[in-house]
Amino acid sequence: MNLRRDVFQAIADPTRRTILLLLATQSMTAGVIASNFDTARPTVSKHLQILTECELIKQEQQGREIYYQLNADKMKEVADFLEPFRKLWDDRFNQLEQVMKSYQLKY
Amino acid sequence: MEQKTKLIADDGKQEILITRTFDLPVDLLFKAYTESELVEQWMGNKVLKMENQTHGSYQFETTDGQGNILFRANGSIHKVIENENITRTFEMENSGFPVQLEFLDFEPITDDKSKLTMKIVFRSVADRDNMLKLPFGQGINMAHNQLEKLISKLK
Repeated sequence: MNLRRDVFQAIADPTRRTILLLLATQSMTAGVIASNFDTARPTVSKHLQILTECELIKQEQQGREIYYQLNADKMKEVADFLEPFRKLWDDRFNQLEQVMKSYQLKY
Repeated sequence: MEQKTKLIADDGKQEILITRTFDLPVDLLFKAYTESELVEQWMGNKVLKMENQTHGSYQFETTDGQGNILFRANGSIHKVIENENITRTFEMENSGFPVQLEFLDFEPITDDKSKLTMKIVFRSVADRDNMLKLPFGQGINMAHNQLEKLISKLK
């Protein structure tokens, strides 16, 4: 049984984030992806399955090999997901810095 | 370019970590959190109450031009160590979100650079994830838009 996966959970895991980074530059087979980790191959397969279920990555058959590649549309959606929250704090902190710099000049 | 403000939200944890480096001495960074007038200027909120001391409390609110309350938040201040850290709670009133626990650590990097580490602990993983999704929703977005308006007025 496949549970419907939450994209947010998928990207929060450090191993899965590394897989996404690896695939950002080129398509890779499961074997090549797994060779980048010390963890057991089935563990990496499980991560690939989760990322595939969330549509963050896609499989493509090339001859006898299956290559994994990023699903750019979905990735963009996700990259934008945490960004508003980070941006909110970034804007506040920029404001804090400005306020305190002018305060510093006055005193 | 490396982002000045970083947000870390790891899988399955009920916390988030926000870090930021400032071109400010640590005592000024700390002051930005403890003096009502300064808090009002950078948060864009009205400070109704600000007792920055161990076992103190605070309350913020944001109103629109007509005096309608857009956002109100409050919390208890558990412990304050000057220029080092503040441990406090934070709750958005009438939002349905449970209270959260905040650990603010202030660190000097050099004489005129400092770092803020803000660890926010939520009641559950689900509450954290909902909060992270919130900027798309009503609550913070409204406060945020209001903040942007206030900032543009200052420019």
